[in-house]
Amino acid sequence: MKFSGLKVIEQALTGHKGWKPLWRDPAPRSHYDIVIIGGGGHGLATAFYLVKVFGKANVAVLEKGWLGSGNIGRNTTIIRSNYLLPGNQPFYEFSMKLWEELEQETNFNSMVSQRGILNLFHSDAQRDAYRRRGNAMLFSGADAQMLDRDALREMVPFLNYDNARFPIKGALMQTRAGTARHDGVAWGYARGADSRGVDLVQNCEVTGMKIEAGKILGVETTRGFIGAGKVGVAVAGNSSRVMAMADKRLPIESHVLQAFVSEGLKPTIPGVITFGAGHFYVSQSNKGGLVFGGDIDGYNSYAQRGNLPVVEDVLEGGMALMPMIGRVRLLRSWGGIMDMSMDGSPMIDRTDIEGLYFNGGWCYGGFKATPASGYAFAHLLATDTPHETATAFRMDRFERGYVIDEKGVGAQPNLH
Amino acid sequence: MLIPHPLLGPRDAQEFTYLGDAELMLRPDPTQEDAEAAFCDYVYLRDNPAGLHRELWFHEQGDRSWLVVTRNTITHEILSAELASDVKRKLEGDR
Repeated sequence: MKFSGLKVIEQALTGHKGWKPLWRDPAPRSHYDIVIIGGGGHGLATAFYLVKVFGKANVAVLEKGWLGSGNIGRNTTIIRSNYLLPGNQPFYEFSMKLWEELEQETNFNSMVSQRGILNLFHSDAQRDAYRRRGNAMLFSGADAQMLDRDALREMVPFLNYDNARFPIKGALMQTRAGTARHDGVAWGYARGADSRGVDLVQNCEVTGMKIEAGKILGVETTRGFIGAGKVGVAVAGNSSRVMAMADKRLPIESHVLQAFVSEGLKPTIPGVITFGAGHFYVSQSNKGGLVFGGDIDGYNSYAQRGNLPVVEDVLEGGMALMPMIGRVRLLRSWGGIMDMSMDGSPMIDRTDIEGLYFNGGWCYGGFKATPASGYAFAHLLATDTPHETATAFRMDRFERGYVIDEKGVGAQPNLH
Repeated sequence: MLIPHPLLGPRDAQEFTYLGDAELMLRPDPTQEDAEAAFCDYVYLRDNPAGLHRELWFHEQGDRSWLVVTRNTITHEILSAELASDVKRKLEGDR
């Protein structure tokens, strides 16, 4: 089903009784050329690009719940390409370019809004680090600029510039960054994939993998066995559980990350702002709620809800940054399960089992990566070679010593 | 979360620092032939189970002891806590 202004008027006059589902609800067939496990943002994007760009047919996406029921519906909707390391930054910039054309590509209003991101710095050392990062961004073809305190104050006067411990000295700005309507992204990809013949099979949990002589033949599911030529796993949060079906141990721990939204306010925060002295990032949704988050809770968890100490920590960060939010009431908080990898960077790679491919380890940066992750994973599934921007995301990089450690904290997942 | 410290009774988990899977106590033998591969597994790979998980917590703002806590990663319920030194001694006794 497609939307148009005319259709909205027509439906308004006829009681909105003519809207139809955006995609089919097919029963799984007995065999597909390519099966994607995981109907979240990355899985749906993968299916979309497989059929649209790489011309594949006979593709299915298996989802244990409903489409977009995982982290694509639980994030803080920030899109940006402001990474440092050469293994990462070109990939995220590729993702940014895909975001910019996403709505044309899927013909779906994903509300991509390039309202800019400000990464604040609070010391001379941090200014140097951000200048270096900004240069790395420019080298990759992204945009970046440094703002001094006066320019920043003009743009966002409400910050606490003279905090005794963490005075704000300026910011690294990327104007092309911003936010997107997270669910709309999943829906756009889902409709695009479905209308091109991909079977999106919901309520279909994969319970096992059939592997013989080092080759995958299909997956056992709650809706029966489904044969497959290739299987792509895109289940971040639950990667270890799914890959355990193929007897794989991963360099990943699952952790819970909380996010928050306040009551609706009038427009007050122009873009995305990140606090450089603590871990706090905030933007304002189109409905007016302040959407923000901070650190992961820090212990292994599959619970999709966190504990109070981190709530307190995030809100303290918010108060230190912008005391004006002190009277704002918190509307909701929730948690999502992150694949925290050992170097803080993702994996998009083949496995040593023929036909089994893995996409995961997104830590808490998976949302902004959705388009490029789908594109690169589709590229890998279709051509058996990594996409040019994703060549560093190999699974064997740990044993080879080629980790991509943005924060430089080593193999301690809860610190990334 | 409250961690039932075997010596100090129930303590707020905020007093502790989390390290990870209690398997980390079992360092591979660096003199073995396969030590490089064994250390690679040791440093990077994790079981990461959904359900019961035995894990190391350090009582940093308390008596600075290491504990092995058994916790359910689906519900956050903590079932037990032992002194890591006791667990290690038991493991070495088994060897």
